[in-house]
Amino acid sequence: MAYTDTTRGMYSDILTGLKEAGLFKQERFIHSAQAADIEVEFPTGAPLKKVINICANNYLGMSSHPDVVKAAHEGLDSHGYGMSSVRFICGTQDIHRTLEQMVTKFLGTEDTILFPSCMDANAGVFEAVLTKDDVMISDRLVHASIIDGIRLCSAMHDTFKHSDMEHLEEKLQLHNDKRLKCVITDGVFSMDGDTAKLDKMVELCEKYDALLMVDESHSSGFIGKTGRGTHEHCGVLGKIDIITTTFGKGLGGASGGCVSGRKEIVEMCRQKARPYLFSNTIAPPVVAGVIKVLEILSASTDRRDKLEKNTEFWRKGLLEAGLIIKAGDTPIVPVMLFNAKLAQDVSRDLYDEGIYAIGFFFPVVPQGAARIRTQISAGHEIHHLEKALEAFRKVGKKYDILGKSKQEIIERYGM
Amino acid sequence: MDEMQEIIKTYVIKEYVEDDTELTYDSPLISGGIVDSFSMVSLKRFLENKYNISIPDDKATPEAFDSVNKICALVREYVK
Repeated sequence: MAYTDTTRGMYSDILTGLKEAGLFKQERFIHSAQAADIEVEFPTGAPLKKVINICANNYLGMSSHPDVVKAAHEGLDSHGYGMSSVRFICGTQDIHRTLEQMVTKFLGTEDTILFPSCMDANAGVFEAVLTKDDVMISDRLVHASIIDGIRLCSAMHDTFKHSDMEHLEEKLQLHNDKRLKCVITDGVFSMDGDTAKLDKMVELCEKYDALLMVDESHSSGFIGKTGRGTHEHCGVLGKIDIITTTFGKGLGGASGGCVSGRKEIVEMCRQKARPYLFSNTIAPPVVAGVIKVLEILSASTDRRDKLEKNTEFWRKGLLEAGLIIKAGDTPIVPVMLFNAKLAQDVSRDLYDEGIYAIGFFFPVVPQGAARIRTQISAGHEIHHLEKALEAFRKVGKKYDILGKSKQEIIERYGM
Repeated sequence: MDEMQEIIKTYVIKEYVEDDTELTYDSPLISGGIVDSFSMVSLKRFLENKYNISIPDDKATPEAFDSVNKICALVREYVK
């Protein structure tokens, strides 16, 4: 089909509509490696600005860790740049097997299969292991990639209210006639930073003979005493049937993901999961980097311990400044502003103060729940956090939101 | 108001409404964003269990489930 003026006009109108609705996403170009201190070009063409990054998923500061960078260089030299093949033809190297074995040990599961991303793992896993005779019962706030995976699967789908265990039990009873029931949740929810009640969920899944699937992307490497994830935090190591996670956040920050869990389920993915079958897997230098990350995290809990201390300092500092944050103990700390324009204005002013933090608003979060989502890293030093707190105090004072209740902020700025 | 309207409205509020949204028998449920299409399955199963009926999948459309009154009309087609 020719790309006609009518077609061009149609897309232009849609994009204009997104801009007018304040929903147009614009990239900011970072000219340095990912770290606590970065150099940013924003808006496009502007001089570079040195800012402190408090919105990366770089929870353990591994994105630019010298040992990880070195390992990736060595992997590039020893195993090349890419495989030019999917896994089952001629795209599997010894280091892919090594990484799968290391992830299995780290997560305390039976087996693991790598995917190009966790988005792909979530897109592929349900269709590979469930059929129209089964039901998926998911928390209403699961990540978008899980929703896409659910859409691709022929099994029936139902939801339960966020973290509401009574409601989940009702749904397990309602669908008890199905061949398989699969309960689906995030381990740590990315927008609110709260943690799934995996201990209760395991109990319910055992009571109703259901599978439990958990996306640990915002948990792997730092939640739990030794950083294994939410299942360690909740005391249910070895009891989760399907874990998906990413190597694009705490576990290195580059790319890649996996399905880890019961060995038959992993084998089903190896035989049937389409993103695994029809896409190249993780590139050799990235595999080598993730192997090094797992070696570092298995040898010492120093980094997750530092992240825990940084998170405590940050949460305490925001509360003392008089800001409203979502309760919890994870390094995802949403500063609640409720109004979308206020969230955008605060984000812009923070940037002027040298702090890079992004506003989130509808439809990414519910209407009236706009926020600045801050994310703390083991790569932050206390001086980074002190400077960021100072900026929040200054900008908060400008907008007169310090010490104000939700009601007072909404009355002044609207929902 | 009849009993079926009230039973279905009560179920929808308990199942889907998480704030103080007011609901009438004609409130748009799916097109109004109260019930997402993903969650319709539990409503369908509730109706089938409650009224001992079987609603064919091709009849359980977002349009047919878009208000309490529309759901009542659909259910009545199958209640013997």
